[in-house]
Amino acid sequence: MRHFFSLRRLYALLVKEAIQMRRDRITFAMMLGVPLMQLVLFGFAINSDPKELPAALVAPTQDRYTRAIVTALELTGYYRFNYVTASAQEAENLIAQGVVSFVVTIPSDFGRRVERGERPQLLIEADATDPAVASGAISTLGTVAANALLHERGAEAEAAERARSQLEVVVHRRYNPEGITQYNIVPGLLGVILQMTMVMMTSMALTRETERGTMENLLAMPVTPLEIMLGKVLPYLVVGAVQVAVVLTAAKLLFNVPFVGTLSLILLGVFVFVLSLVLLGYTISTLSRTQMQAMQLTFFFFLPSLLLSGFMFPYRGMPGWAQVLGEFFPLTHFLRMIRGVMLKGANFETVQAPLAALLLFVLAYAALALLRFRRTLD
Amino acid sequence: MNVPEPAIDVQGLVKRFGKKTVVNQVSLTVEQGEISGFLGPNGSGKTTTIRLVCGLLTPDAGTGRVLGYDLLRDAARIKREVGYMTQRFSFYEDLSIAENLSFVAGLYQLFPAQEHVQNTLSDLGLTVRQHQLAGNLSGGWKQRLALAACIMHKPKLLLLDEPTAGVDPKARREFWDEIHALAEKGLTVLVSTHYMDEAERCHRINYISQGSLIASGTVSEVVKNAKLRTFILTGTGIAKAAEMLAGAPGVDQIAPFGLTLHVVGQDAKLLEKSVAQVAKETKTTMSEAETSLEDVFIQLMTGDEGGVS
Ligand SMILES: Nc1ncnc2c1ncn2[C@@H]1O[C@H](COP(=O)(O)OP(=O)(O)OP(=O)(O)O)[C@@H](O)[C@H]1O
Ligand SMILES: [Mg+2]
Repeated sequence: MRHFFSLRRLYALLVKEAIQMRRDRITFAMMLGVPLMQLVLFGFAINSDPKELPAALVAPTQDRYTRAIVTALELTGYYRFNYVTASAQEAENLIAQGVVSFVVTIPSDFGRRVERGERPQLLIEADATDPAVASGAISTLGTVAANALLHERGAEAEAAERARSQLEVVVHRRYNPEGITQYNIVPGLLGVILQMTMVMMTSMALTRETERGTMENLLAMPVTPLEIMLGKVLPYLVVGAVQVAVVLTAAKLLFNVPFVGTLSLILLGVFVFVLSLVLLGYTISTLSRTQMQAMQLTFFFFLPSLLLSGFMFPYRGMPGWAQVLGEFFPLTHFLRMIRGVMLKGANFETVQAPLAALLLFVLAYAALALLRFRRTLD
Repeated sequence: MNVPEPAIDVQGLVKRFGKKTVVNQVSLTVEQGEISGFLGPNGSGKTTTIRLVCGLLTPDAGTGRVLGYDLLRDAARIKREVGYMTQRFSFYEDLSIAENLSFVAGLYQLFPAQEHVQNTLSDLGLTVRQHQLAGNLSGGWKQRLALAACIMHKPKLLLLDEPTAGVDPKARREFWDEIHALAEKGLTVLVSTHYMDEAERCHRINYISQGSLIASGTVSEVVKNAKLRTFILTGTGIAKAAEMLAGAPGVDQIAPFGLTLHVVGQDAKLLEKSVAQVAKETKTTMSEAETSLEDVFIQLMTGDEGGVS
C-alpha cells in the first residue's frame, strides 16, 4: 500500500505547490482579485437597472396629454427621447438598427379618448434582445403614464380617474420574448467565475512542469499518478473556497441576492462543483503538451459551456439536441442546483439530481486523468 | 561467495522517435561499485539510453535488469533505488535549496525529513546557502544541488547525465572526488560526459555513436582496440608539415598541439612512411607517442561521418 499511496509523499507535493503558489504573487493576486473584479464588472454591467435608454416617440398629434406623458416618462430616468417622429416606419428602422431601445407610440386619438373617458392606449415596443435591459423601464410604465394623465386633467379628476383605471399600456417585447431576471445572473456568475479560474489554473498544472523541465525529475522519483493528481488539485480547492467566500459575500452585499436556501447545501454544491472543475482542468493538463495547448483546450470548452449551460440563454428554450449537449457541462448542473437552492430555497431532495451529476463528473474526470497520465517521457 | 549481479545489465535496447532510431540495439553492463563513463557526440543517444535505463522512456525493444529488477515490469522499484541527475537542471527554481531538498526527501519518504535535508546540506557545504532560491544559483551550485538531491536517499545506482557541463575545473575536480568517494562505498555510477579527463577517471567507458554502442572497456582497452599509431613532429617546420601531410596515405588525423604536431593513423606502415618523408623534407624531428583517448574518440567520430545529428 505504501507504494501506491503515501501521505508523506502527498504532503511533500502539497507543501511544494503551496510555496510555489505563494511565491507567484501575480497569479496569486489574480486568483483572488479576478473573481471579485469579474463579479463587480459583470454583475453591474449585466444586472443594473439601466437608465437613460434611447427612445423614439411616435406621436402624430402633439397635444398636452402627449406632452404630459413624455415628460413623465422622461422623469422616471429610464427613457431619453432622442427621436420624435410621426412615422411608424422610421421608428421601426430605428429600433431594428438598435439606435433606440424603445419606441413609444401615442395614437392620434389618445387625447380624444382621455377626454371622452374612453379606453386610451399606449404602445411601447421594447428591444428585448437582452430582456434584462428593458424590464425596469417597462415595469414602471403603467403607473407613470396614468399618474401623468391624472395630473393633467386636474379638476376633472373624476374622468381622469376613470381614464387611469382604463389606460391600457400595450407592451411588445421584441426579438426575445423570454425574460431573465437579474437574480438569475449572480448565482450563474459564481459558476462561470469559478469555472474560468479553476479550470484555467489547473489546466497548466502538468504542462508547466513539462515546460520548465521539472517533469523529468518528478517522474524519475517514486511518486504515483494519484499522488501527483491530488497534489496538484487539492491546493486549488482552497483557492476555490476563498473565491466562493468572496463572491458570495459580494453577491449579498453588492447585489442583495437573496439566499433563500440553506447555506450548507449551497456550500456542498459549490464544493462538488469546484472539485469537478479542478479535476477537469487537471484532465486537460494531462491531454496537452504545452501551456498553449492547455489554454486552447480550456477555451474550446468555455464557450459552449457558457452558451449551452443556461447561463446565457434559458436552457429550456434551446432545441433538444442543444439541451442534450448542455448536459455534458458541469456548469449546467451547477446552475440548476445553485439557482434552485439560492433563489427557490430547494432542499437536498430537490437538487439530488444535479448533485449526483456533478459527482459523476468528478469521478469521470479523475478516472480519465489517471488513465491519461503519462508516467514516462515518451 | 557468489558473483554479485551487475547493477545494469540490459540487452538490445531500441528506442525510436517517429521513424528515427535513436538508440539501436544497445547492450550495456555495469558492475556494482563501478564508475562507468558514457561518451559520444551530441545527439548520439546518451541521454535517451540513460532514460531507458531508469524507466523514464519505454524501449521499443530490448530487455534487461537494473539492480536486479526487470527493466520493463519493475520500473517503480527501480525508481526508488536509483538516483538520476538530469542533463538540464530540473529542480524548482522558485523553491530554495532547502525546500527543494525537503520536497525530494518527502517523495522518497525519508524520515525524519529535516534531518536528512540538514545532513545532505552540510555534506555538500550548502548549509549557508540553503535559503537561496535555486533559480538564483550559479551553474556550479545548481549542479551541486542536483547531485545532493539525487544522492540523499542513498541510491544503489547513480545515473549522471553530463553532470559537470559548464562547471569550473576546481568544482569539477571536487565533483569527481565526491563520485569516487561514493563508489568506494559501493555505489554504482553511470556518467555521461564530453570531457576526456573525466573519461579517464572512469573504471570503464562506453562509446556510443548514432545510437549504437561501438566501443567499451577500460580506457587502455579502448585505446588498444582502436589500433592507432601516433607520431609527433617537433621543429619550426610543423606548419608546413601539417600542410603536406593533409591527405597523405595512412594519415587520418593531424592536430597541432602548441609546438608539436600529432599525426594519427590506423595503417601503421603507411603512416610511418608518410610521416618520415615529410619530417625529412621539413627538417622536423619525428618520434612515436602513446595514442591518447582523445585521438581515439576523434577517430571514432570521423569514422562514421555525420555522427552529429
Ligand atoms: N522526445 C524526443 N522526441 C524526438 N526526438 C528525440 C527526443 N529525445 C531525443 N530525441 C532525438 O534523439 C537523438 C538523441 O538524443 P539524446 O538526447 O539522447 O542525445 P545525447 O547523446 O544525450 O546528446 P547530447 O550530448 O547533446 O546531450 C537526438 O537526435 C534527438 O534529437
Ligand atoms: Mg544528452
